[in-house]
Amino acid sequence: MNRGMVRFLVGAAVIVAAVAYLIWGGVQEAIVYFYTPSELQAQGDLALGKRLRLGGMVEAGSLTKDPETLTIKFRVTDGTASVPVRFTGIPPDLFTEGKGAVVEGTWTPEGVFRSDLIMAKHSEEYHPPAEGEKAPSPKALYRSLLKEEGS
Amino acid sequence: MTFARVRSILGILTLVGLTAGLYLGLIWAPPDAYQGQVQRIMYVHVPTAWVAYLAFLVVFIFSILYLWRGSETFDQVAYASAEVGVVFTGLTILAGSIWGKPTWGVWWTWDARLTTTAILFLIYVGYLMLRSFVEDRSRGARYAAVLGIVGFLDIPIVHKSVEWWRTLHQAPSVMRPEGATVAPPMLFTLLVSVAAFTLLYLYLLSQRLHLERLDAEILERSREG
Repeated sequence: MNRGMVRFLVGAAVIVAAVAYLIWGGVQEAIVYFYTPSELQAQGDLALGKRLRLGGMVEAGSLTKDPETLTIKFRVTDGTASVPVRFTGIPPDLFTEGKGAVVEGTWTPEGVFRSDLIMAKHSEEYHPPAEGEKAPSPKALYRSLLKEEGS
Repeated sequence: MTFARVRSILGILTLVGLTAGLYLGLIWAPPDAYQGQVQRIMYVHVPTAWVAYLAFLVVFIFSILYLWRGSETFDQVAYASAEVGVVFTGLTILAGSIWGKPTWGVWWTWDARLTTTAILFLIYVGYLMLRSFVEDRSRGARYAAVLGIVGFLDIPIVHKSVEWWRTLHQAPSVMRPEGATVAPPMLFTLLVSVAAFTLLYLYLLSQRLHLERLDAEILERSREG
């Protein structure tokens, strides 16, 4: 076997391994990318201690922020069940009540989902702001990129 | 019309199209009510994804033609298109990532759309590797053609992933049965941009094909000489 062939086989092995890893690890994770509040409650104690994602709508009127500790509390709902979430950190700018969100963290025995990562899920609808309404300023959207500036 | 002429006309059309796309996307189109100015990344992200799909469709078709007919021209088109496709898959991931950070809050997440796109990228990087490492050109071309045909199966999976599974990535806005969920000026800008990027694809493909032919010619002459 010449050197070119060896190099090719090593390279091919790396690619095949990466694809296989993504298919078996990544895709399996991706298929159940998040649990709904109903599913999480149905799992009960089985879901304890594992790192998982919870997805749904941020329930209107449930969002409270403590600026001192950067703790945010809210409920994630799927229309039938709703789960209280406690998050510490800086949420994405598009995270707000009545919109979709996917949160990463763990389910605790107290029945609270403790999260350290919030992802805002935006819809597939795009339209300009209505008459008199202002679009979010670019600065507000870049805040999550320039963390020092906001503090 | 000579091939050189076709290439220069494509180049000019691409330049005009991309300039129009830039103007419409950055100045003419309104910002999104919810996402603001960041939504304008859509006018790059969607066209690059479209070009990646198109490029790999061309690889698929020309790989079949090559295996069936054995003509080297078919293989050259498949090879050139795969290279362009890999670049545009990379650009799609890059632009998507830049969009993801300010909207979702993360550069990357392992949802079905992003994972299947990463797999798509790796499949065609593998395709290019296969081509450059197998020294016997026609053997390498046959192996690559098989990979180019099989690898295409990932495209419908990538496209349907947002409907089949729960994802962070949003569902399709334009290619959906109930009609587009994009406001008319934004949709118009997006379509112009998609057309311009399609021209860019054709231009890059023709240039790459030209290089491939020059390469083959040099090889031929060095054999003769």
